[in-house]
Amino acid sequence: MIQVRGLTHYYGPHLAVQDVSFGVKKGEVLGFLGPNGAGKTTTMRIITGFMPPTRGQVTLADFDVVEQSLEVRRRVGYLPETVPLYTEMPVTGYLKYMGTLRGMKSKQIKNRIRDVIDICQLGDYHKTIIGKLSKGFRQRVGIAQAILHEPEVLVLDEPTIGIDPIQVVETRKLIQDLGKQQTVVLSSHILPEVSMICSRVLIIHQGRIVAEDTPQNLALSLQGVEQLQVEVGGPPAEVLPVLRRVPGVNEVTHRPQQNRELYTIRFQRGKDLRDEISRSIVSNGWSLLSLQAVGMSLEDIFLRLTTHEEL
Amino acid sequence: MRTVQAVAWKEIQIYFSNPMAYIVALIFLAVTGFFFVVDLTDPFPEASLSNFFFGATIVLILLAPALTMRLLAEEQKLGTIELLLTSPVRDWEVIVGKYLSSLVFLLAMIGLTFYYPLLLWVFGRPDPGPIYSGYLGLVLYSAAALSIGILTSTLTSNQIIAFVVASGILLLMYFATLGTGGGEGIWSTLVTEIGMRSHFDDFERGVIDTKHIVYFLSVTAFFLFLSIRALESRRWR
Ligand SMILES: Nc1ncnc2c1ncn2[C@@H]1O[C@H](COP(=O)(O)OP(=O)(O)OP(=O)(O)O)[C@@H](O)[C@H]1O
Ligand SMILES: [Mg+2]
Repeated sequence: MIQVRGLTHYYGPHLAVQDVSFGVKKGEVLGFLGPNGAGKTTTMRIITGFMPPTRGQVTLADFDVVEQSLEVRRRVGYLPETVPLYTEMPVTGYLKYMGTLRGMKSKQIKNRIRDVIDICQLGDYHKTIIGKLSKGFRQRVGIAQAILHEPEVLVLDEPTIGIDPIQVVETRKLIQDLGKQQTVVLSSHILPEVSMICSRVLIIHQGRIVAEDTPQNLALSLQGVEQLQVEVGGPPAEVLPVLRRVPGVNEVTHRPQQNRELYTIRFQRGKDLRDEISRSIVSNGWSLLSLQAVGMSLEDIFLRLTTHEEL
Repeated sequence: MRTVQAVAWKEIQIYFSNPMAYIVALIFLAVTGFFFVVDLTDPFPEASLSNFFFGATIVLILLAPALTMRLLAEEQKLGTIELLLTSPVRDWEVIVGKYLSSLVFLLAMIGLTFYYPLLLWVFGRPDPGPIYSGYLGLVLYSAAALSIGILTSTLTSNQIIAFVVASGILLLMYFATLGTGGGEGIWSTLVTEIGMRSHFDDFERGVIDTKHIVYFLSVTAFFLFLSIRALESRRWR
């Protein structure tokens, strides 16, 4: 559904996102996890067509976000981090306006407004001026406008920030429900939240993707699994089984990047397998082009994430 | 087109519920009323509105930018532009919609001054020609003035800057003719042609010249075009 290739973004001279690539499949709920300033908002603004990337290509439903921006924007519902709303408008008036901007027919808007007010539990407030709503209810209006036109893709930037714990639980449940029908990309810096809602997690730090996995595997890394990244000059079909056979290795994944053959090797923390791995590669007549530990930095990043919630 | 309508309608509603817009309308009526009365208290009153038209164009140098300054600057300040620009709307639809809303409000303001000519007709025998043409000129002038305000509002998130810069541009364009000192040559002709005042004179005198109509419409189109480009390039910043 979404393809991001080699995405790089500069704000003036400041590098915010660096060579980020990933894909999101239809119906997937992808979590974007990273500490402050990691580049989550920047990436989301590019996916939603708000601004073009400095370099790289992003497609959504096979439409390019720069060249066919209008087609992309038709298919996206977006909740920006700051939940910007027109504070002088009443809730339904605002939703009606956003519906019209999304090209909906007025009858369709009427029906959908009834639905989303129901879904987001805004019933008692549908006539209230938005400026008079509390933060949590504004957040709900923000979600309501994002799902109003039943978009194929929902992009939610920190959807649970700044609302009280009970509403957080409700909002998460709501996103989970939405994820059953729609493709969802959401960002957060709370690890348990992402594990709860998402089927896949991307950890981004200082503008780079440092890990990409299911919440379960990420939990394993937290419990002390280390990763090595190696680049091998040799046929992947043969390299993979050889690497897997190295004693102590838990898991090997093949991640080709452009024309480089990269492998991520996981093993229990405390062992140093670099020697065995390099020997097994060279003894097969392949060349070992690079070998680096990636687990260490991951650990640092987890320390910067919110790994528990204070309730 | 539905988008233009939706954007315009939303802004019109905000104008009519906004104290700022009413203050602008009030000042407009007070100042133009003053100029109208000056006309009548002349020792040899002529039943005409030329002073009123002069006053209206002068006061609009300040009031037109005051009406437009909010339109795009506020969206940028509050971040609502993020949802606006990620909706499937074209940049020109946003600009034209916002522009039309300010034009509607200003036309309503001008409409409120119709009681001046009515008074003239009740108490005297005014020449209708200059009144009709003067109003046409005033509408065209307003259209151009608002388009300048839209451009500066697109360029900044600061309403005060949008206001001051637009007033400055309008002031320069209005009085550009004075800068030539009545000289000859290409340069002074050019400055005279750019100057709004020289194009407004004929309307005041009751002459409707296509040249002047084309002038005001071109200025409007030019600044709206720049605004659309500015909004487009906003995505590139
Ligand atoms: N408009 C901007 N102009 C200049 N630099 C910016 C701008 N927006 C973001 N940045 C910088 O780009 C980097 C990435 O910011 P971004 O907002 O994408 O991070 P984030 O992951 O969303 O962080 P947070 O969790 O705080 O929301 C940061 O270093 C930030 O300072
Ligand atoms: Mg952010």
